[in-house]
Amino acid sequence: MTSERTLLVTGAARSLGAAVLRDLVEHGSDRRVIAVDLNDPEARLAVDGVEHVRLDLRAPAIATLIAKTRPDTVLHLDVLAAPGQAGGRTAMKERNVIGTMQLLAACQRAPSVRRLVVKSSAAVYGSAPRDPAHFAEDTQPHRPPHSGYGKDCVEVEEYVRGFARRRPDVAVTVLRFAGFLGTGVESPFADYFALPVLPTMAGYDPRLQFVHIEDVVRALRLAATGDRPGVYNVAGAGSLTLSQLARRLGRATAPLPRFLAPYLGRVLRQAGVADFTGDQLELLTYGRVLDTTRMTERFGFTPAYTTAQAVAEHARTAGIRPLIPPDLVRGTEQRLISVLERHGQERAGRAEQARSGGDGRG
Amino acid sequence: MTDVGDASPENWERRAARGLAFLRRRITGEYEVDEFGFDPDLTDNVLLNLIRPLYERYFRVEARGLERVPNEGGALIVANHSGTLPLDALMTQVALWDHHPVGRHLRMLAADVVFTMPYVGSYARKAGHTLACNPDAQRLLADGEVVGVWPEGFKGIGKPFSERYRLQRFGRGGFVSAALRTGTPIIPTAIVGAEEIYPKIGDIKPLARLLGVPYVPVTPTFPWLGPAGLIPLPSKWYIVFGEPIETSGYDPAAAEDPMLVFNLTDQVRESIQDTLYRVLLQRRSVFF
Repeated sequence: MTSERTLLVTGAARSLGAAVLRDLVEHGSDRRVIAVDLNDPEARLAVDGVEHVRLDLRAPAIATLIAKTRPDTVLHLDVLAAPGQAGGRTAMKERNVIGTMQLLAACQRAPSVRRLVVKSSAAVYGSAPRDPAHFAEDTQPHRPPHSGYGKDCVEVEEYVRGFARRRPDVAVTVLRFAGFLGTGVESPFADYFALPVLPTMAGYDPRLQFVHIEDVVRALRLAATGDRPGVYNVAGAGSLTLSQLARRLGRATAPLPRFLAPYLGRVLRQAGVADFTGDQLELLTYGRVLDTTRMTERFGFTPAYTTAQAVAEHARTAGIRPLIPPDLVRGTEQRLISVLERHGQERAGRAEQARSGGDGRG
Repeated sequence: MTDVGDASPENWERRAARGLAFLRRRITGEYEVDEFGFDPDLTDNVLLNLIRPLYERYFRVEARGLERVPNEGGALIVANHSGTLPLDALMTQVALWDHHPVGRHLRMLAADVVFTMPYVGSYARKAGHTLACNPDAQRLLADGEVVGVWPEGFKGIGKPFSERYRLQRFGRGGFVSAALRTGTPIIPTAIVGAEEIYPKIGDIKPLARLLGVPYVPVTPTFPWLGPAGLIPLPSKWYIVFGEPIETSGYDPAAAEDPMLVFNLTDQVRESIQDTLYRVLLQRRSVFF
């Protein structure tokens, strides 16, 4: 329809948006890329070869921009995970939900739009003890999220489904990502892992799953450059339990009774250490693992990092040092084992000697 | 893992070395946990050791027909449930790991109430158990695991002593559909002895409602003797693994045929009930 292919990216001034833009420019084609955000990107996040536009998604101005630039692909990344990123929960909710509504309304009117990619989250499944071990894309969660980021994502996805119904000619891809880790990731979990002692829920050991930010960027590029409509879970293979994760990071854990959880969240938030909301505390209690069969088989994507590798890589780049270096533990073990071996050999030698001596005399 | 015989006195150095390696793995997190939360390192080295004395010394379990459980590939163990606390399931797990020719881990499907309880739920996952639901059962069977299911559920485990060894209704046959979809054999298994460990003669229903548990049993010793009433009676146990019922001959679509599913469910149920009566007739006494 358009002679010049144009890509519009929302949420471009944040670190994920910048990484996606850089990747698109690198692997780029002759596409024109328009990057929209409420704020101007910081200098380190600005990407050359991209037209940055400062625009509030909550206002109808986006419709004018879309009508003028006629994008064929819209990449909607402006779904914020934590209140701190928006300056409060109310602002976050408005940006996530009203922003999406305005964007979709503008897209619906624009015949140029052929493809829509939306960043969603595994938070849509909530987290509860009565759910199956894996969430597939069509699993009915036992307790859907009733607040926070998860609720926002559920609402965003509802509007996206409505849009897909009204514009069946547009290929709509929704990616439900596990928690991000990796270089430069700012998320409640990244803050959490940086704490010297990890508060946990006494009696619960959740299974957690992550995806490395480089894989997130690759998955988004794949969705933005090829027609792969549908809803897909995206997560690194495997999972880690929280206790195992703490041990691999070399962090001590501080189990707290569960009834203290809401206070813990508030204290961490007010101290500015970690932006933890109710649904993340549920995740820290019951955990969540995604079924990624559809991602590998239909979306045709295999993350380069498993969950364990994403955690290790995050620890390396974020400079998380274990309290007791694993080499010290291994060294101590080796020393003790060699002492034991020597002891065993000496005794075996003595026994052998005694036996052969006895044979000689007999 | 099967070198239990090496734990002879002259090899204490090797045992100590194994213990050290285990400690190192637990400190640095260098062990694997699968997506269901199963931690084989912890299960083999700690959890099973904790319940093994119950199996060997206390209930003196005799496991028969273990060779009917395949050495590799999926299998579905279906057994009767009894005894107020699910010790029967744990003993079956010990039998399959310690006494099966190649030692197999039993992955049990447990009631949802297990996973709502702190500690209990997380240790159940570490021991390899997961929520009793079709997706989990199918995935485990498709991965070639031995899955254990106690389809009577609370109706079985919490039934009064007067109804001992009488099988209750077998759920909705969900386990049969899972076996049909994955073409895995069903192994009907009868457990004798577990009925007598906590003879349930009453139920404190209001307290059960208050605590959110299915029942609070009254036995000849509980709650009268306080915590001492929690000690199970030392009955002699038999776990009999029956002739496998093959499902690989059916089309996976057969799982959508309710009549076939009902018939297979009945077949499994009758097989277990027959074995139960047979073993009960042969049994000389409850305790020896």
